[in-house]
Amino acid sequence: MRLEYFQMIDSVVTFDAAAGTIHCRAIVPERSPVFEGHFPGFPIMPGVLLIETMAQASGYLILGLNELARMPFFMGVKKAKFRKFVQPGAVLDVHASLVHEGSGFTVTNARIEQDGPVCDAELTLRIMDFPSEELRGELVKRAQASGLVPGAAPITEAT
Amino acid sequence: MSSTFDIVADVISETSEIPREKITPEMHAIDDLGIDSLDFLDIVFALDKKFGIKIPLEQWTQEVNAGKASVEEYFLLKNLCAHIDELIAKKNA
Repeated sequence: MRLEYFQMIDSVVTFDAAAGTIHCRAIVPERSPVFEGHFPGFPIMPGVLLIETMAQASGYLILGLNELARMPFFMGVKKAKFRKFVQPGAVLDVHASLVHEGSGFTVTNARIEQDGPVCDAELTLRIMDFPSEELRGELVKRAQASGLVPGAAPITEAT
Repeated sequence: MSSTFDIVADVISETSEIPREKITPEMHAIDDLGIDSLDFLDIVFALDKKFGIKIPLEQWTQEVNAGKASVEEYFLLKNLCAHIDELIAKKNA
């Protein structure tokens, strides 16, 4: 994870297009300015960043399913529940599964686990054409680096 | 009115918190009921699931934006229901 750059997913462990599921890994950094404010003396991952992590796993799932043809944008979250704190250095298993593939939108269920359930939610993502070639190029690189598309080494190491 | 309308009206009421008795077939989803695009996606999601269809929302939006269809063609509730009935018929054909 690079929290300040909103890069939440480190690697794709498994992607199953037929089942419409993905399992990603996300390693929370030991240090980040985020933890200086949230909270002093008790650093934990903010809930909104856990939601973002689930949204990005869902995004990787959709990119895998549409073979990087169109861009998923996070637009809705429902039934979000946070079941335990996530501390610096935690290794998170992030799962997402396809619930519904509509016309121009997708609904997923996502959850994060770390020795048991951390959080879960239902997410809605709008599917659009890539607004720029630069963004598409970056996403292709990340997809390769994460292992979604066979290619290179992981994007980041935990710091 | 058709049972399709009753289901659509129930979904709209549940999703948008609009009193069910205020929803009629002559109403416009956007102009009269004030449903925004995010709520409308929730409604389409629920209708897709209930009827086992895929409402072609992207195609409809493109047609409206290109001036090939009026907004009323797809967003007036009685027209929306007619299109849903067509999609159900196609699915069952």
